[in-house]
Formats: sequence, C-alpha cells, structure tokens
Amino acid sequence: MANKLIVAPAPHVQTSQSTACIMRDVVIALMPALVVSTIVFGVDVLRVTAISVAACVVFEFLIQKFFVNGPLTISNWSAVVTGVLLAFNLPASIPWWIVVIGAFVAIAIAKMTFGGLGKNPFNPALVGRVFLLIAYPVQMTTWPMPVQGAFDALSGATPLAAVKHGAVGPDALGVQDLLLGNMPGSLGEVAALALLLGFVYLLWRRVITWHIPVTILATMALFAFFVALGTKGTENPALLWQLPLFHVLAGGAILGSVFMATDYSTSPMTVKGGVIFAVGIGVVTMLIRLWGAYPEGMSFAILMMNACVPLINKYVKPKRFGVK
Amino acid sequence: MKTFPIGGVHPSANKLSCAKPIEVLPLPEAVNIPLAQHIGAPAVAKVAKGDKVLTGQLIAEAGSFMSANIHSPISGTVTAVDMVPNGQGLRQMMITIKREGDEWAEGIDRSDKLVRECSLSAQEIIARIKEAGIVGMGGATFPTHVKLSIPAGKKAECLIINGVECEPYLTSDHRMMLEHGEEMVVGVTILMKAVGVGKAYIGIENNKPDAIAHLSKIAAQYKGIEVVPLKVRYPQGGEKQLIAAVTGRQVPPPPALPIDIGAVVCNASTTFAVYQAVQKRMPLIQRVVTITGKNLREPRNLLTRMGTPVSALIAAAGGLPENAGKVINGGPMMGRAMVNLDSPVTKGCSGITVLSERDARRREASQCIKCAKCVSACPMGLEPYFLSKMTQKKNWDELEARMITSCIECGCCQSTCPAYLPLLDWVRLGKQTVMGRIRARAAAAAPKK
Repeated sequence: MANKLIVAPAPHVQTSQSTACIMRDVVIALMPALVVSTIVFGVDVLRVTAISVAACVVFEFLIQKFFVNGPLTISNWSAVVTGVLLAFNLPASIPWWIVVIGAFVAIAIAKMTFGGLGKNPFNPALVGRVFLLIAYPVQMTTWPMPVQGAFDALSGATPLAAVKHGAVGPDALGVQDLLLGNMPGSLGEVAALALLLGFVYLLWRRVITWHIPVTILATMALFAFFVALGTKGTENPALLWQLPLFHVLAGGAILGSVFMATDYSTSPMTVKGGVIFAVGIGVVTMLIRLWGAYPEGMSFAILMMNACVPLINKYVKPKRFGVK
Repeated sequence: MKTFPIGGVHPSANKLSCAKPIEVLPLPEAVNIPLAQHIGAPAVAKVAKGDKVLTGQLIAEAGSFMSANIHSPISGTVTAVDMVPNGQGLRQMMITIKREGDEWAEGIDRSDKLVRECSLSAQEIIARIKEAGIVGMGGATFPTHVKLSIPAGKKAECLIINGVECEPYLTSDHRMMLEHGEEMVVGVTILMKAVGVGKAYIGIENNKPDAIAHLSKIAAQYKGIEVVPLKVRYPQGGEKQLIAAVTGRQVPPPPALPIDIGAVVCNASTTFAVYQAVQKRMPLIQRVVTITGKNLREPRNLLTRMGTPVSALIAAAGGLPENAGKVINGGPMMGRAMVNLDSPVTKGCSGITVLSERDARRREASQCIKCAKCVSACPMGLEPYFLSKMTQKKNWDELEARMITSCIECGCCQSTCPAYLPLLDWVRLGKQTVMGRIRARAAAAAPKK
C-alpha cells in the first residue's frame, strides 16, 4: 500500500464546484425564464433555444476537432450557456438560419478565435446578438405579440421602443406585466421575475456575487430618477418612481446585468473593478436608451465595458493585507 | 463575531476525532530524532553511537540563537547518528535510539499537580523555555524563545494564544484546551510575564463552543486574559489573520513582523508545553497528535513521544485502509504528503491525515475561466491567477510589484479553483525566486567587509 501513496504539494483539497458545475448552474438559473417565455410566446421559444444551443455546441466541437489543438471542451457546458443566452436575445419569430449565423459569430468569432472559454474579451452571446441586429435589423426587431392578453397600446413594439418613440408613457404597462413578462420582446428579457429567481439561485450556489447586477440596476434607476426629476418630475411626481422602475424592469436590463455582465472572462477580477465596470454599463445603457439611436442599450453598454476590463484589471488591484 | 478582514474559504471541517479524549500511545521500540525539526540552524548532536540516554536528557544542543535543543523522548541506547530518510523521503541527520524501559532524567516533575505560582523573572522564564527546546507546535516550528525575546526598540502590547485550529480534520489543540485548560491558562500568565504584557487573548473558532466555555471559565479567575470567539473561516489560524481577527490590526507586508504592531502569538499546545517547561522542568519530548481520516477505523488523539514512527500511529488507528491514497503530515490544507511512513513524529506534527485515493488525486486541470474566485479567496489580498501566470512567464519584477512575498501559502486559491489549476505550486516557485532575488540584492548592496 505504501508504495502506491500519492505525493503532491498542499493543498490536498479541491472544490467540488468545477467549471462544468458552474456553467450547468447558469443554465439551470436560466430555466425559469425559459419556462415563462414559452408560456408568453409559445413553442417558438423552445425552437429558437434548441437551434441556438445545438448550433453553438456543434460549432465549438467542429472548431476544436478540426482547427485547433487541445482538449474538447464542450462537456464544460459553456457553449450551452452561450447558446441559451444568444436565444434569449432574439425574438421568438426569428428564422432558424439567422439563429445559426448568430451562433457561428458567437462561438467561432467571439469565443474560439481568442482561445476559447476564459480568453474571450467580449461576451460571445452579445457579439452574436449585436452582429445580427446590424446585419438583419428587420428580423431582429419584429416582435411577436404575447400569446395571451396582447397590448394594443404597444402594437408590436417593445415597451422600451414604444416609450422611446413617445407612443406611450413609462406607466403604460403595469409593474405586474413587466414582472411577469406580458409584453413583446426578446425571449429572455420579458420575464423579470423569473430572471430574478435565477439570480437568487446563482447567488445561493455562489456562482456570482451581487455586486455587478445590483450596481448596474441601481445606477440605471438613479440615472432615470434624475432624468425624471430634470424633465417632468415637478409636475408629475409619480414619474419619479415610474421611470426608474420601468427602466430596470423593461428590456434586457435584468437579463444583461445578471447573466451577461457577470460573465467571468469578460468582467473584472476584483469587486472594486466590478463596481466600476457595472456603473459604466448602467450609465452607457441609459445614455443609449434615452438619447441614442436604439431603444435598448444594454448589449452595447456591456460590450463597451468589456473592452475596458483589461484596463480595469491593470489599475484596480485588490485591497492588500497590511497595506494602508 | 470577529474574524480576519479579507479572503478565506470554508473547507469541510471533518473534525472526526474532536470528541475522542487524549490517549497515550504505547512507547515505541525505537525512535528517530531529526536534528532539524525547527526553523533555523539544526541542533548539534551531544551523543554518539553506544551512549546510554535517559528520557528527557539533552541529546542535541541548539546550533545558534535561531535553533532549539532536543531531548531524548525515551531511555535506551543510541544506535546511530546518521542520515535517515524523512517523511518526504529526503535523507536527514537523525539520532536513532533503541528503547530500554522508560527511565527519566533527574529534576523533571511528572506529577499532574497544578502549579500556579511562578516567581521567575522574564529572562529566567525564557531561559527555561529555551532549555526545554520548545518550538511552535502548530506546524511552523519557530523557536519559542526567539519569539519571546523582544528585539531592542520594539515593545509587545498583547499576547495572542492561537486556539483556532482552522485546518480541517485536526483536533489536537482542541483536545488540549479541553483536557489541559488549567495548565494552559497558567502557561498564558507565564508567557505574559515573559514578554511583559498585561493583556492576553485566546482566539478560538466558534465551532469549538466547549473549548470556548471551558477556557472562559478558567480565564475568569485570572487578570487580563480574555477568550475571543471567532467566526469559522480558514486560514484564521494563520498568524497575521489571527492578529487581525483579534485586534483589528494588520501586520504590514514583509519584512515586517507581528511584533512591529506589538503582537506576540503562541499556539495553544505550545502554551501548555511552556507551562510544562517552566513549572515542571519538562522538556518537549511528547505531544498530542491527531491521527485521522474518513476511512480510518478509529480516528484518535494520541499523546505521542517524539521520534515515534508515523506507522505506529496509523496502526493504533486500525491500520492503513485499503483505499488509502495519501498520508499527510498535518492537515489537508497545508500539510505535507508523505512517502515514508516509518519517518518520525516531530515537534511540529499536530496530526496525520489519511485521505482515500479518490480524495487524494488531483483533478485534471483545465483553462483559467477568470472567475476571480482565487482573488476573493486570498486572505492576503493578492491575485493568485496573475501571480501564477507571471511565474510561468518568469516576470519576476512584476511578481515583486504585485507583492508575491506576502503569500502565506495557505492554499485557499488552489482549493477554490474550479479549473483545478495548480496555482499555489506556481506561486510558491515564484515567491521563492523573488525572495532569492531580494536577498541577492540586499547582499550586493551591503558594504563589503
């Protein structure tokens, strides 16, 4: 027996939370939103998600098999996460071939060209989404109406777009509808409550910390509050809470801040850096939403701040023990 | 509840033997006594082959100030003073003694009678501690008399007793606090006198409520001794972490020492050994060793003579299990994997942990996913992922700038890594290289004699 002893330097314990385990937890955390989305938009949701996941996994497999040396990593579930997140950023009515193109851009261009998981500077799913938004603007902004209880007021536009173009005010949708997802939009952005459930699950499983999501949402709410105050706040005090709440609950704010901005390889390595990164995302999102060309700015904001991450990591160091 | 300010992890405690009272391991037939079982210069052998020795007799003398005396743990005949493989299989100078009975040297009080009063001066106390060969028994094996000799210009403000025992599995300090609390607290008063402070804290993690209650009751009879319950978190037993947890003050980065902020830290079992040395003239020839592991038939806490082969402890716990994969001298976070189970128990050996092959095998490493778990786990506020990468790139200047020499090698980073990267293996290499460069620079800058 003694001649079979294993010898290695300390520590002799390793966590059971492997990379695959973390990625699987992210997929699990996205499931409530998938269920709500399916109820809201019908089985098209499952079609788009299945195509996206399958395409992402297949592209990663093919690239690793035929183009790069090294171990196959599809078993670590990260391609599945990208697949689900990409699908969550698309309308349910999108043609299948656009989904496949998006998956190719996400996996082949945004992820594997940089060396795969952990080395990509930009969030792959968001690169895929933004590519599609620019290349196929019509298909990407044609929103199917919810199966039940459609809103005439919105007439096929997302709440953000409707409010942006002045068709309705931020109070057109009740808080309940925003939370439950009863509105037009991408697969994953309509179910605020289900996404928050996923957020709680990720916190409980210690996959992410609260800092980045909470800071982004708080920054956006604060920004919206001051905008409301500066415009019509004095004549319409209800706007002071309606506008912040609307911006936090509508569109991709929660999906982006909980599931995309917290992506490990594209967010800073320190809590302090994460907070700077998150404030940046919140501010840029609001700037685009209020004064930019697009009704939604979350994707652009996250990608822009992704670009700042190496710089943040260089200059924001953790608090060292014993250094004042 | 108090704890240290940054980082830390929560490994499974696995304190299998915490309810097992201390039992005496039968005396071994022969012992091997390494001359270097402490930090500093090896001791110098005072006996030769063929000499008869008594239990407690000085057999090797401290080689310099930074060194420690060594006494015979048994009585018998010296059969060799030679190179013998240690636990890691490296050959090391050891004195081998074959046991004949158990006859003790003169002047050692072996009774259980509690002696509270100590009329010795600080210098006399330190001299007795030095004479008894006491070193830090938590694992660091720093000579205790050196630690207690406060350098000129520095002043101790408080004494901190380390009863944290944050390593998973190990329970020897826990049992000592429960079963020898009275003596330990007298030891605290002696140490307070030795370093000239009026305040002492005993830090204990709150997963040992029995020890906290027991020592609090005893400490209440003395002036200036306070038991501080601490929130369970590894590596709270690290010297700098414990000082920060108890006093809120942080030791500055190396080369600063705890005394620079007025703190002197002493391990709980060491404190008992100090009592024994000063009040009973008992040299450090035995200690409590936890023999533990999930698959051992009977994990135990055994009072063991120094030099006893580790295999005797394993036998006393029911033998090595069929699926044993790793035997660790110490606990699983900082202990050293052994190749040679015939190697001896030494002053710094607080436990032997046996892991199954499944638990022992390192999992296959994959690519860093930048999850930053190592950064948030590091109790020194370092960036292990970056230090590991820079070591691979041999970027020593960057490593020094990112404070690699602050690393305490606690293993939090590596144990928390989801990609199973050997972070600490690299950081250790980088740290040693950078420290070598700093020493070389200092030597080059020093005026030539």
